[in-house]
Amino acid sequence: MSHAANNSASKGLVVKQAGPLTLIQDTGRFGVGHLGVTQGGAADWISFRWANWLLGNAPNSAALEIVMGGGLSFESESEVRLALTGADLDAQLDGKPLAPNSSFKLLPGQRLVFRQPRQGLRAYLAFPGGLNAPEVLGSRACTAREQLGGLHEDGKPLKAGDRLTWKGTAPAVRRIAEGQGPQMPVSGCRLPIVLGSQVAAFSGRSLFQAFNQPWSVDNRADRMGVRLTGPALHGALTGIISEGIPLGAVQIPPDGQPIVLMNDRQTIGGYPRLGAITPIACATLAQCLPGTQVWLTPVSASQAQEDYRKQLTVWR
Amino acid sequence: MKLGIETTHIEAIRIKIRIETAAMDALMVRLFDTIDEANMAWVIAADQALRSAFGAALIDLVPSYTTLLVHYDCEQLDHGAACQLINQALSGLSPANTQAGELHDIPVWYDESVGPELPLVAKRAGLSVDDLIQQHCNHDYCVFALGFAPGYGFMGLVDEALATPRLKTPRRKVAAGSVGIADRQTAIYPLLSPGGWNILGRTNVPLFEYAKRGAPLFRPGDKVRFRAISREEFEADGGNTTPMEERP
Repeated sequence: MSHAANNSASKGLVVKQAGPLTLIQDTGRFGVGHLGVTQGGAADWISFRWANWLLGNAPNSAALEIVMGGGLSFESESEVRLALTGADLDAQLDGKPLAPNSSFKLLPGQRLVFRQPRQGLRAYLAFPGGLNAPEVLGSRACTAREQLGGLHEDGKPLKAGDRLTWKGTAPAVRRIAEGQGPQMPVSGCRLPIVLGSQVAAFSGRSLFQAFNQPWSVDNRADRMGVRLTGPALHGALTGIISEGIPLGAVQIPPDGQPIVLMNDRQTIGGYPRLGAITPIACATLAQCLPGTQVWLTPVSASQAQEDYRKQLTVWR
Repeated sequence: MKLGIETTHIEAIRIKIRIETAAMDALMVRLFDTIDEANMAWVIAADQALRSAFGAALIDLVPSYTTLLVHYDCEQLDHGAACQLINQALSGLSPANTQAGELHDIPVWYDESVGPELPLVAKRAGLSVDDLIQQHCNHDYCVFALGFAPGYGFMGLVDEALATPRLKTPRRKVAAGSVGIADRQTAIYPLLSPGGWNILGRTNVPLFEYAKRGAPLFRPGDKVRFRAISREEFEADGGNTTPMEERP
């Protein structure tokens, strides 16, 4: 037995090759918006939650958000059960494809590789009891722009040579029932939006266009915001006095092309807004590849909350 | 009559509070429609009132110049109950004592090497660079809001003569500690980040040391006074004298 194998503290999952963007995330950093600190957290919080659920973890346990895959590979130093949900990134275990949305066992020396997105954009990999990662301002969420969180507390994504360790053994091994579990978006999907007060400042024509034709997800999309392209929207307001930005806010800059503000958004901003897409819609949008067609569908705050609470019941 | 308005500004205002839907689980509380230092006493008072009224049902509360964004836990409150709670919390609101805010002394090395827009802003204002520096230091700026980056305080109002619009093309890298002007606002970049403000100089005062303090240096309602220091003083304090790389 090697020294490393004797010492359980150093056993882990080693990054052999870094992908384009793999981040440690939890549900996010809350109660710090007034300090100018962004929310962060898993962009597709539904898939993230399922990943932890599969192992019986607490819902806020730190996991990996894997964007695109792109050759990201890990080698295991110990036997461990992991759970993989969200996007189908053509994940393989020693060359054998892994079933999506389930947990699987990894043996010492085995290699886990994420190749390329076949459906969706972000996969979530959960670990027994959650990943060990330093907590900053109440969260282990990794936010690059702010240099907060992450293995080395610099907000940087995983790099080759990083060693991941976890808190313990999986409290449970669960399976997702048929028809439940994360749904990857298809072109033409709906993004429910709760309308905000500034909606009245947009022209009638712009409002008709906003909600009655599909928008295309642009390639200018990241954890801060996702641009949508379509007809330019215009209204009486070009800028407003900067105010707090909620998750999913759909802001309209002077070029008339909406930007949906996501988890790593700035805390305050000065573009007028149509409203905010719901948290469930944010999870959907986080999985949309560029070119996906989406519809903004107005919904009342009450209806959106009902749908949200219903979503939460699946993990009870 | 006109004289009285200056001094009784706060008391004279009848605040019309508007509660607007901002998201599924967020409401925008709108107190004012214009930027004014006198607003801060009300924004701070509303911040305190809302925090205590919502308690554990509050997820985040983001105050800004004229508004407060209330993000509440919709597992504990529905939309109507949240509106009602805001109404109750803010009825009979009176302005906070803004004298309670801290006054921060910020030493700045004003120099073209680290503040490339010194000549531009001076020229627009019709001032010498030395006079511009003096003008920028000659005011206690109010911290209106924190945002953009952790610890980044939006301060104002800068003398109208110094007001300069943002750079047409933002820099990709603005050094940490850079002190800048955009329109009638002034601010310090807490960390290396992209930005389009006109940079006049650099400070070595850390703005956001979460590891040490867990909180930023500035709070809304605080006052900030800039003080010009020499290169020697800046260096002696450990300041980074590396010139700004990009020129607009």
